Amino acid sequence: MTDSNNPTPQTQGSAAQDAEETQEGPIRATDPLATTASQEQITAEIVEIETEYRNGVAAGKPVEERPRIDYPPYRSSLLRHPTKSLALADPETIELHSPAFGHRDVSWVESDLTIQHNGDPIGERMVVTGRLLDGDGRPVPGQLIEVWQANSAGRYVHKRDQHPAPLDPNFTGTGRTITDENGWYRFQTIKPGPYPWRNHTNAWRPAHIHFSVFGTAITQRIVTQMYFPSDPLFALDPIYQSIVDQDARDRLIATYDHSLTSPEWALGYRWDIVLNGSKRTWTEPEEGDH
Amino acid sequence: MTTLAATPGQTVGPFYGYALPFEGGESLVDRSHPAAVRLYGRVFDGNGAPIPDALVEIWQADEQGRVPAAEGSLRRDGYTFTGFGRAAVDDNGMFSFTTVEPGSTREGALPFFSVIVFARGLPDRLYTRVYLPEAVDSIADDAFLSSLGERAATLIARRDARGDLVFDIHMQGDDETVFLEHRQKD
Ligand SMILES: [Fe+2]
Repeated sequence: MTDSNNPTPQTQGSAAQDAEETQEGPIRATDPLATTASQEQITAEIVEIETEYRNGVAAGKPVEERPRIDYPPYRSSLLRHPTKSLALADPETIELHSPAFGHRDVSWVESDLTIQHNGDPIGERMVVTGRLLDGDGRPVPGQLIEVWQANSAGRYVHKRDQHPAPLDPNFTGTGRTITDENGWYRFQTIKPGPYPWRNHTNAWRPAHIHFSVFGTAITQRIVTQMYFPSDPLFALDPIYQSIVDQDARDRLIATYDHSLTSPEWALGYRWDIVLNGSKRTWTEPEEGDH
Repeated sequence: MTTLAATPGQTVGPFYGYALPFEGGESLVDRSHPAAVRLYGRVFDGNGAPIPDALVEIWQADEQGRVPAAEGSLRRDGYTFTGFGRAAVDDNGMFSFTTVEPGSTREGALPFFSVIVFARGLPDRLYTRVYLPEAVDSIADDAFLSSLGERAATLIARRDARGDLVFDIHMQGDDETVFLEHRQKD
């Protein structure tokens, strides 16, 4: 599809073999070393990659709709991304279907992240709502959406998150819902805070909510992150920037929508999720049963 | 012809552990099921070190090759086969599912588990397939496996001494697992 998914084995080689004997600077760095890079260095790499990409598109190369699997500014990806081309496969029957989730799996209270404890969580109460659509713009009903996020101070309820920001006893930060008959989902929550991480010195993630989404075919599965408008950290963040195409990464930013804001209660954001392809693009090899 | 551009993915990050795994996620059937088999393995990075923060999902047909259509993966009732499993790896990069071997979904097709891998440090999810050990004898007859040459072996599970299925996932290196991109017809 795009060459983002086809890093050339010749230039990348096997990191397992090369890590010891070649030190080609930060490209070969593993996690612990990577924390020594400065923001300026990371930003310079981000800009260089994007400039090269834009020039390529201007010269007729394809637009990249997905993140680059091989994106060195995101240091922990160095040893964790495949170096060989993805193998093109015609989807088989099982891949044209997806697991069924329904109200047996998820109760309606799970879409409200502010009522999971005895008290109100601290922070800016907000609602995020939108539609799950296929590539033809048709709503996709009955699909599982899961979310997780930091609290308003930027802290996750997770043992590996040790940064010195307070936990909120009234906020866990996980939710689930099933899209309704018109493809709508809706979560009520608290706006998450930005948080530091160890990709490089003084690295901070823009505020985001993690989303996990199913479609009608398992090939439509998405795990992604939703961001908030005008975050000053966008240009500095190698995860957001791993989507090198500006239009593509803009699709991860929710829109503030005052019509979704409720008086004296919560701010409203709108974010639609579009699955790749559509059910119509493939004819079933046999009679499908769901 | 599709008209809307798809929402791009992002890394699952390091903190999915309290959100995505669910009780019973790795048990598609009870281990007392007469056809129960374990599908297990480890996820390795380019240095051959285990990745301790990866998440593996499987989706499969039942033993007769039927595509499950029943709800209830997240709250299993102990009787209904839903075909979906999710397991976070442990500190040694190990995942383990208890399930049944999938049957062929159509005449002549090799059965496989559809697998999705997520990890901190992996900018987008990756698809692969786990074929049953018997597929070794049918590579030449299968258009997809035969297109992979020697690398087809990375998609075929090994059977251990107890009859269970072992499938290691290598993100890089000589044994780099074949990951898939599904062809879209337009
Ligand atoms: Fe996060």
